[in-house]
Amino acid sequence: MTNSAMIDIAGVTKSYRQTSRRQDSRRQDSRGQNARDQRASDTDASFAIQGINLRVPEGTFIAIVGGSGSGKTTLLKTVNRLIDVDAGRVSVGGEEVAHIDPVGLRRRIGYVFQGIGLFPHMTVAENIAITPRLLGWAKDDIAARVRELLDLVALPQTYAPRFPSALSGGEQQRVGVARALAAKPKLVLMDEPFGALDPVTRDALGAAYRDIHARLGLTTLMVTHDIQEALLLADRIVIMQKGRILAQGTPQELLADDQPDGVRALMDMPRRQAARIADLSHAGPAAPRNRSGPGDGIGERDG
Amino acid sequence: MDERVAAALALLPRYLSQHVILSVAALAAAIAVSLPLAWLAVRRERARWPILAVVSLIQTIPGLALLALFYPLLLALSALALKLAGFSIPALGFLPALLALTLYAMLPIVRNTVTGLTGIDAAAGEAADAVGMTPGQKLWQVEVPLAAPVIMAGIRTAAVWTIGAATLSTTVGQTSLGNFIFSGLQTENWISVLTGCFAAVGLALIADLLLGLIETGLARRDRRYVLAGALGLLAGTALALAPLARGQEAAQKSVYVVGAKNFSEQYILAELIGARLAATGAVVEKQQGLGSAVIFRALAAGDIDVYVDYSGTLWANVMQRHDTPPADDMLGEITRWMKERYGVTVLGRLGFENAYVLAMRGERAAALNVKSIADLVPKAPQLALGSDLEFLSRPEWAALRDAYGLKFASQRSFNPTFMYRALQDGTVDVISAFSSDGRIAAQKLTVLTDPKHAIPSYDAVVLLSPRRADDARLKQALMPLIGAIPVAAMREANYLVDRNADKKTPAQAAKFLADRLHLN
Repeated sequence: MTNSAMIDIAGVTKSYRQTSRRQDSRRQDSRGQNARDQRASDTDASFAIQGINLRVPEGTFIAIVGGSGSGKTTLLKTVNRLIDVDAGRVSVGGEEVAHIDPVGLRRRIGYVFQGIGLFPHMTVAENIAITPRLLGWAKDDIAARVRELLDLVALPQTYAPRFPSALSGGEQQRVGVARALAAKPKLVLMDEPFGALDPVTRDALGAAYRDIHARLGLTTLMVTHDIQEALLLADRIVIMQKGRILAQGTPQELLADDQPDGVRALMDMPRRQAARIADLSHAGPAAPRNRSGPGDGIGERDG
Repeated sequence: MDERVAAALALLPRYLSQHVILSVAALAAAIAVSLPLAWLAVRRERARWPILAVVSLIQTIPGLALLALFYPLLLALSALALKLAGFSIPALGFLPALLALTLYAMLPIVRNTVTGLTGIDAAAGEAADAVGMTPGQKLWQVEVPLAAPVIMAGIRTAAVWTIGAATLSTTVGQTSLGNFIFSGLQTENWISVLTGCFAAVGLALIADLLLGLIETGLARRDRRYVLAGALGLLAGTALALAPLARGQEAAQKSVYVVGAKNFSEQYILAELIGARLAATGAVVEKQQGLGSAVIFRALAAGDIDVYVDYSGTLWANVMQRHDTPPADDMLGEITRWMKERYGVTVLGRLGFENAYVLAMRGERAAALNVKSIADLVPKAPQLALGSDLEFLSRPEWAALRDAYGLKFASQRSFNPTFMYRALQDGTVDVISAFSSDGRIAAQKLTVLTDPKHAIPSYDAVVLLSPRRADDARLKQALMPLIGAIPVAAMREANYLVDRNADKKTPAQAAKFLADRLHLN
């Protein structure tokens, strides 16, 4: 086996029964905000995820796709124990996470947030430095790492002393990516990382991250509701629906015609959109232009 | 400069310093208690409601009542501590004021801290977890900094409240800017009242400004503002503490604490006693403006050393006696009982009486043909009674009412100063006056006689605390006052302070009294 499993999820179930939620919040002191949102929109309210099996080989980029309430974010959060499972087993790097101190576990795993989630009271440099600082790195090492990361995510060094509120959305999320990578994690979890950005920025940043993923040899698990984004970035895609995995495979496999109806319907949408856009651009110069060229990656400053 | 202005300004540094020390201590204590409490309220949802309810409830107690409540509480604690551990707790002065103000300052701090901590963006909280912060790191590195401006706003509110409410601590014997206000109100020295008010307002504004700087600094994440505010607060506190350090030297010597209740005569007599003690080289402190009930217990507990009380008051209020024996028998009984029960020494009579009497405007009394309380009885249902704040709840009133069957159309309580005004402008027809009051002669009031002797006699007597029972210096200084002050002289002295034009300070009136009676 060339690729050992970075993440191994086996038979994982998480329900939102009264008791388990309370235990959950007491154990790890999370507000359960997402849990509540999901429960509200879920038709089958008792289970957020049910009987999930998923293996994430080292070095792969996997996207979890699904609608609101499909359980995709819950699944992601079981990996770094922001949510503890009711049943089943989650392992990271061969260790079962239930037996690891969640604080140490989280410091080893990069996490990029939905809606960015930078600390507004800390500067860009302080935000990036947070996990190395918690790990007790030497001051000089931290400063060097911050400079390195600003370069990596293509932000000028002059941004270091600024507060996040002085940056554009795209720039903020570049800081978010830098923060996730600061302590040199092997594994990065991303929860709708580019969801709050405009399409141009989103495309550019997605491509930029994919590049970083490849260069640093990361393993990435990304949650998104955008099938197109998943198709363009991921090695493998996991499609979730109502707390279960509907299908999984490479983009090519999922785009093939032998998929079940539900998957085909999902895959048809980006295809149809692409075809319509192609038609419009053939139709002449009056066609609306809603995309600039393909994302040209790391060098581009986003809006 | 007006003498009263000069007198007020001379007192300002000490009052201001005491006020600042009390306010700073109370605010610091309130912060120290409120922040953990608020944190608990945030973490345990079940504790939140009770905590907020209790601090809100405290806020609904009037500040004056809250202060007064701590006196008996501390007195009981002190007795307990003395029994169990052999030490006593001062029940008067700084401690009760500090405790009451601390409780009073808690609500805005607790409420704002809870609001601040619960109002943090959920994403920031989750981010803290996800980057691998422990709950403690999350609290100090994310939650507290993000809630800091809101918490600081609560502290600001608390500071302004505390500085305002600290003026009330005068009533439990803690020197504060309230000394200006309370003594000024009693003696109608508006310059003194205004000095106290302006100083308190100015202090509150400065504190608010400095804390506001810190709040702005926290909100803008600019250390310079925080530093400027903090330095200002530190400098102010240090400045206030400076006179205290000097006071420490004085404390080495024997300090005599002279008490006074909250009316002109008491202020004047305290000044007179203080001046005589000071003339012997003793260090004198005054605790003025104490309530009638508090002052005796303060003496018995040794919080004050000497004050003047009235035989009828001691008889009815302290000894709970309801009969009215002849004056000499009563005083003999009081002297014996005081020594036996509390170890308090009754040094002797000053020579005048300050009895509760019923008084009317002269022409009104003549028109109604009322000379005695007995004459008043049939007219009373058409008349309004004005009293001081205590009279209606005192046993003397009950005795008077029951002996004569008095029933007035209405009864209203006033601050003594305003009670005379109310009589003058016809708001009330009859008042509970004091027989030594200078305003009786000045306002040409008719004092109604008491043919049934329902009200006991009110000889002014000097009381000494148990620990001063054998103090030769004190006795030597005060013996010349015994039997030396006739009621006419006391009325004159009182009127110097109580009148509206050319008012004198209590110290000046005391000097006048000493001169007139050749007591120097």
